Amino acid sequence: MCAWRAPLMLVVLCLAPLQAWSALDAGVIKLLGSETTEDRISAIGQLAVSPDPLAAAVLRGLGEDSIYRLEDGRLLIVNSDYAADAATGARVTPVPETKDQLIVNNRLRKVLESAQAGGKLVSPDRSVRLGAAGDLQTSAGPAQLLLLRDARGKETDTVIRGILDLAIASASLRSDSMQDRLSAVQFLGEHGGAPAKTMLNALALAPAGGGGTEAEVRLRTAAQGAIAAIDRRLARTELVGTALQGLSLASVLLLAALGLAITFGLMGIINMAHGELLMIGAYATYVVQSLFRQYLPGAFDWYVIAAIPVAFASSALVGMALERTVIHRLYGRPLETLLCTWGISLILMQTVRTIFGAQNVEVANPSWMSGGVTVMEGLVLPYNRICIVIFSLLVVALVWLLLNRTRLGLFVRGVTQNRWMADCVGVPTSRIDTLTFGLGSGIAGLGGVALSQIGNVGPDLGQSYIVDSFMVVVLGGVGQLAGTVIAALGLGELNKFLEPYAGAVLAKIAILVFIILFIQKRPQGLFALKGRSAEASS
Amino acid sequence: MKRRGFFKTAAIAGVMMAAGIVGQAARAADTIKVGILHSLSGTMAISETTLKDTALMAIEEINAKGGVLGKKLEPVVVDPASNWPLFAEKARQLISQDKVAVVFGCWTSVSRKSVLPVFKELNSLLFYPVQYEGEELEKNVFYTGAAPNQQAIPAVEYLMGTEGGGAKRFVLLGTDYVYPRTTNKILRAFLHSKGIKDADIDEVYTPFGHSDYQTIVANIKKFSQGGKTAVISTINGDSNVPFYKELGNAGLKATDVPVVAFSVGEEELRGVDTKPLVGHLAAWNYFESVKAPENDAFIKKWKAYSLNKKLPNADKAVTNDPMEATYVGIYMWKAAVEKAKSTDTDKVIAAMAGQTFKAPSGFTLTMDKTNHHLHKPVYIGEIKADGQFNIVWKTKGPIRAQPWSPFIAGNESKQNM
Repeated sequence: MCAWRAPLMLVVLCLAPLQAWSALDAGVIKLLGSETTEDRISAIGQLAVSPDPLAAAVLRGLGEDSIYRLEDGRLLIVNSDYAADAATGARVTPVPETKDQLIVNNRLRKVLESAQAGGKLVSPDRSVRLGAAGDLQTSAGPAQLLLLRDARGKETDTVIRGILDLAIASASLRSDSMQDRLSAVQFLGEHGGAPAKTMLNALALAPAGGGGTEAEVRLRTAAQGAIAAIDRRLARTELVGTALQGLSLASVLLLAALGLAITFGLMGIINMAHGELLMIGAYATYVVQSLFRQYLPGAFDWYVIAAIPVAFASSALVGMALERTVIHRLYGRPLETLLCTWGISLILMQTVRTIFGAQNVEVANPSWMSGGVTVMEGLVLPYNRICIVIFSLLVVALVWLLLNRTRLGLFVRGVTQNRWMADCVGVPTSRIDTLTFGLGSGIAGLGGVALSQIGNVGPDLGQSYIVDSFMVVVLGGVGQLAGTVIAALGLGELNKFLEPYAGAVLAKIAILVFIILFIQKRPQGLFALKGRSAEASS
Repeated sequence: MKRRGFFKTAAIAGVMMAAGIVGQAARAADTIKVGILHSLSGTMAISETTLKDTALMAIEEINAKGGVLGKKLEPVVVDPASNWPLFAEKARQLISQDKVAVVFGCWTSVSRKSVLPVFKELNSLLFYPVQYEGEELEKNVFYTGAAPNQQAIPAVEYLMGTEGGGAKRFVLLGTDYVYPRTTNKILRAFLHSKGIKDADIDEVYTPFGHSDYQTIVANIKKFSQGGKTAVISTINGDSNVPFYKELGNAGLKATDVPVVAFSVGEEELRGVDTKPLVGHLAAWNYFESVKAPENDAFIKKWKAYSLNKKLPNADKAVTNDPMEATYVGIYMWKAAVEKAKSTDTDKVIAAMAGQTFKAPSGFTLTMDKTNHHLHKPVYIGEIKADGQFNIVWKTKGPIRAQPWSPFIAGNESKQNM
């Protein structure tokens, strides 16, 4: 076909060492390069038991999509800096132009994972061992029992030992000995989780192979009993899981609403641009991320920390500018404030659209916030959610301290409770107004940092949170920080407990109906200010 | 009676005014105006913005080669802002005020349904570039995306086969509007025909822009305990980002529970860390990773165009299926106009039948003679760590669209126009 290819091959062949010190069987390479998945699976099986380090390199290459097939059927391992022949391990230079990547689909990947798991079980890295043990839990067969028992004996980590015990039991389910199978079923019933249930299901329904009829029935009843036991444990896990999800949603709601609790709750300003202050915080995070990516790629993982003060400052500045220029002239005229701030929200959205484009921007989780921790069998808590819960608690504590333990906080409370009296005793009320509004806006900016870690960052980000924020503040009772916290928690949990039954759409509707009814009964919200100032302001 | 009289007068006045505008437009027409109706803001902007740019690129390319019928094309871009009623308003504005000869636009089915009456009333032409649910065949619309039998059905068949993992249970997860609901209705009927029971199908919907997928991912995990499960996702727009983030963080791997998506392509994945998503699938009629000289040229053109126009993230520009469909649509319209020697709607519709185009997907696509849909190849791809797709399955060649799904009762008599 192409004239240049023949000389190229010659060059390649000349460069290959004449005596390969380690070489894989040509038949295996041919099977691996075959079109049918069955052939490839058998090739992977052969490679997995081969002691040759080259075999392990080929398997690793398959997992990393770096094995290529040449036109003449040879396979290459191609890395960023070099290419090697998969059969001999010899360097190949130059890398041929025409080559097809060997595509590994999910079915092959599963086989590959379990083939490599054996080797990974003895890795010095704990997370590698943990992943391998998890893989083997569902895929191990009696052939791997020896290997598993060996690894179990050497393992020091209790979590991994637990998983290996389950894997050994799962593998024994397919054992020839009736007694082994029965004890495996019992063990899984006592300790197993969701993956074990899937395997026991198959056992409980279909007649288990081998053994006599009587033994099968015994095994099947045992399996059914084990499933029931696992189901009970799973139901408990689910309950805890839902509660934790509710907590996580609550922390998001709280962060979104906390700023509003100050501007609307304490100051009484109906700030429709609150959502846009959240958005500005999220975009500040994006800008900090871009700066880190460009100038400090080594410290990229810590950009979120740096984004916190930046987001606070930018939202606070925008908020203070708004207060000075517009809102400050509209005190005591709630309807005009509503219209004006709504207009401002449109202006802010359009400004961001002009600067950053209408499309969402990508804010990546730092690596320490990706993934999750397994709290219970079958219950994974994502790190980003955990961080947001902690962050929201910190912010609440900070705001509480600021309002109750500082001079500024004293002034803020003074001005909101009785403006004239505060003015008379020499509090600079106008400046306090600006600062308070700036504080509320800055906290919205902090909320934006958190939201950027779980959702989309786009010009419309604020729109989806403004209703939720008002809902939380109104339900909690205007003027009350504690009310906001309780209301966020209540709404988060209520939403998450309703969602499995009603679905996401209906759960949202149910919440809104609940709030309407609640406000009918108790217009002042959960917690109401008592005393003269409350009556005066209402 | 009196009121009817008033309307009649108003209507006559309207027609006369319209006629006056037509007269003016005719005098000024040394270009052919082309409408572009894609959301450039709101929840759908993540997907639709690039379609606008693709259309502009194709128009620029056509103009550089002399335009159509000796006239340059003049794009008129409007932003319906992911707001469905606004789509109808903007479509009417494009056709009545700007006098465009054709409109390329819409992504969601709800926006298409919203503009349909306008195109029918004003007898204009819409090229719709996105895969959709079928159950529709309009004289004024050409569908250059896939019908269910060109995307959804092959994908589910693949998941049920040995290579796809032999799924026995299915979670049908979608955004709550007409496309996911109808697709899932068809898929449910299809799964029934394959012997899957209702207990093994879980249908879940979320609102547009939904961002909290904790419960849903936890439920998928729970559902998968009952047997090999696959998730069929018809989530649209930017909700996909939080969904895939949650999926990755919760450790739900593709080897255990594969997710196949019908509205997620290379463009949507740009906003996501794809490393935890390796192996999840998408079904389309084109992938950027398709190996074909036409595709290489298409990708090269798009990258150059993005850099040239300084589009956001131009250095990481990717191509995807709806972009290809937009591109094919514009060129087919051009060929049809040249064949008809006119931009008149009815003449162009007649000339569209049987048009062919050598598409970036590596095949020569044909516009069906009767049903306004393209014959397209089907590809199934698995997500790679770099956000591209490994093609793991494909049809031998283009297949004919069945807009009226045979799995829905009463459709037997409605195959053609």
